Amino acid sequence: MENKKVTNIVICGVGGQGIILASNVLCNAAFNERLDVKKSEVHGMAQRGGSVITHVRFGEKVYSPLIEEGKVDFILAFEKLEAFRYLHYLKEKNGVIIVNDREIPPMSVLVGADTYPADITKKLKNYGELHLVPAEKTARELKNSRTVNIILLGVLSTFLNFKTRSWHSALKSCIKEKFVELNISAFDRGRALRRE
Amino acid sequence: MKRLLSGNQAVARGAWEAGCNVAAAYPGTPSTEILENINRYPEIYTEWAVNEKVALEVVAGACFTGARALTAMKHVGVNVAADPMFTMAYSGVTGGLVIVTADDPGMWSSQDEQDNRHYGRHAKIPVLEPSDSNEAKLFTILAFDISEKFDTPVLLRLTTRICHSVTIVEFGKRKEHKIKGYVKDIKKRLVLPAHARIRHRIVEKRLIRLSRYSDIFPYNKIEWGKKSLGIITSGISYQYAKEIFPDASFLKLSFTYPVPIKLIRKFARQVKRLVVIEEGDPILENEIKVLGIKVTGKDKIPLCGELTPKVIRDSLKRPYKRTKKPLRAPARPPVLCPGCPHRGVFYVINKLKLTATGDIGCYTLGALPPLNAMDTCICMGASVTNAHGMEKALGAEFSQKTVAVLGDSTFYHSGITGLVNAVYNKGNLNLFILDNHTTAMTGHQPHPGTGRLAKGEAGKRVPPEDIVKGAGVEFVKIINPDSLKEVEEAIKQALAFDGVTVLIFRKPCALLTKPKPPFRIDPELCNGCRLCLRLGCPAISLTFPKEKKRPLAVIDQGLCVGCGLCVQMCPRKAIVLSKEKENGK
Ligand code: SF4
Ligand code: SF4
Repeated sequence: MENKKVTNIVICGVGGQGIILASNVLCNAAFNERLDVKKSEVHGMAQRGGSVITHVRFGEKVYSPLIEEGKVDFILAFEKLEAFRYLHYLKEKNGVIIVNDREIPPMSVLVGADTYPADITKKLKNYGELHLVPAEKTARELKNSRTVNIILLGVLSTFLNFKTRSWHSALKSCIKEKFVELNISAFDRGRALRRE
Repeated sequence: MKRLLSGNQAVARGAWEAGCNVAAAYPGTPSTEILENINRYPEIYTEWAVNEKVALEVVAGACFTGARALTAMKHVGVNVAADPMFTMAYSGVTGGLVIVTADDPGMWSSQDEQDNRHYGRHAKIPVLEPSDSNEAKLFTILAFDISEKFDTPVLLRLTTRICHSVTIVEFGKRKEHKIKGYVKDIKKRLVLPAHARIRHRIVEKRLIRLSRYSDIFPYNKIEWGKKSLGIITSGISYQYAKEIFPDASFLKLSFTYPVPIKLIRKFARQVKRLVVIEEGDPILENEIKVLGIKVTGKDKIPLCGELTPKVIRDSLKRPYKRTKKPLRAPARPPVLCPGCPHRGVFYVINKLKLTATGDIGCYTLGALPPLNAMDTCICMGASVTNAHGMEKALGAEFSQKTVAVLGDSTFYHSGITGLVNAVYNKGNLNLFILDNHTTAMTGHQPHPGTGRLAKGEAGKRVPPEDIVKGAGVEFVKIINPDSLKEVEEAIKQALAFDGVTVLIFRKPCALLTKPKPPFRIDPELCNGCRLCLRLGCPAISLTFPKEKKRPLAVIDQGLCVGCGLCVQMCPRKAIVLSKEKENGK
């Protein structure tokens, strides 16, 4: 990706999955690259369990903190249905979808009022370049389920033209000191996943 | 130095740089993080007040001594604080006083969409509207200056999109503000009619001076582009409009009440077509129309809901072709957390088919399926008074099937007065205080029932049961909501009691407690009856295994916090402790 042009990224998932933290790290990394950065969170009431989406934009000069539909370069989703929900944000051509290989049924499905979309992976594939990431499995290997978000961010980082230094110092400024080490290795695991 | 900050963090930084001495607030999305961040600065005294009116009156007292003081609230919070706010315009301030209103267009977490710029006009106080975090910081500082210069409170108006967007902020140093000390001046501060009549004239004269100041305010500025289209805009709408019309001429307003009349005339004269792009009500539009200037505004741009670049593009017919349509995806509304202490109470309310008047907080979610346990939700404290009013209309018999439900923080906010009212007026109110020891929905702020203060040190605990008893309630019980049977028995007793009853269901918020080992469902014992699903715990779902003829309930081991509520639901005793954990793995 060329850095001067505005890059648009949507990060989405279920409340409690660490979406806000991942978007903070991404913003800080772009900031460390000396770019103009804007981020906006969209989430409803409760602490947990609702659909959460953040918009991240960076480039030479950014005005709106919200991205228009059809203009997103990357969707980074922590859950498949949430990727599906925001697919129309993706640009027509060359859009990339990075998705955690996880399904969390919403309450409407749990109570039997609705159904989880069938063949969801296939549907995602129709919309753009799909990367299905076994982030939960990788996090288990790291013995910490809370690193899923940073693993996924590591995958995203391989598409962006940022220096490793920018990422690592972003992780340091967003994460409590005693967890930095763990998260840097989670991030590097994510990077390696793309290459595998 | 530059940093990335949210609008809320930037306001806190601005308050600090401006030398603010005292801050008070009641949490409310999207304003909460303002006080949370001010709290981090040891130079500023901060407190969580029990409600917005109290918070404003506290900072008003501080500014009377010459201190710089700030309060922040969500838009509906200003309704609560409106009483002192209007009079503060008359009394003036001495030390700078900034009132932050965080409006919520789109109602991401609110019960209405009011545009609080109206309050500036109505209360006759100036309004500033930042359009990103850097301006949020800057305008906070300027708001203190304007407040002192013109001896008036200043309304700093943010919206959710400003509060919760992160943009780059340029840092400055703190300029210490020396508190002058209190000087008695009853003509200003003792607002009895004789004094107020004189003050009203001063307020009107001040508005004329403020209007002139608006014309020279450096952040009300023209950005010339093509003169075929001139856009007048403010706040976040400026950023959206810039995105959609990069070539147009702009008059960006930041000091939006009173409006800069000369500047608007100058701009309008030089452009061919004039459009006002503003979120919410046509406030700027009407001010401009009154000047006799023709503009396009709310005839094209929607008044309801949040503006976005797309909404502006569509409404002003700048179509942008695309073929992808949103797909139909099952909704994912927020839910009560796994292990939430409120779940069992709502389950029993639903089971007993009670009418429940509700309130604002996590427990509002008890209204959603499958719990379906609430009938009304109007504003903070209205659970109590609504139930009382229903009883007075329909008689005591009705109250035997009616309960009012509110949280501990809300009880302090505005439940107490309603309770006293019901006791005094011989009501048969059944009040449930869902006491989870915190203000959960906004992110766990302390309140008098926690005995902790804003900066974390110990304060004095004011237990709700003492207040309730002090108000004259004879039937008061404290119940642990872990046991559905006990919850049901207590509720039945309360309903049968003649007079006001208060049940305090006490158990800390699930997010503040350490999870216990998870439960799992034995596939041999589960017959797929779905009874456990009635609790609406997000950890429990139904699967349809191919090898089995019937559906099977399963518990997500990552989500379950082991509260044990669902165990009480299963007639076949299929919900058991997970094996691995039993073996200590
Ligand atoms: S934050 Fe606490 S009170 Fe609110 S839903 Fe979750 S567990 Fe319940
Ligand atoms: S024990 Fe049952 S009700 Fe409690 S969190 Fe686990 S699955 Fe949910």
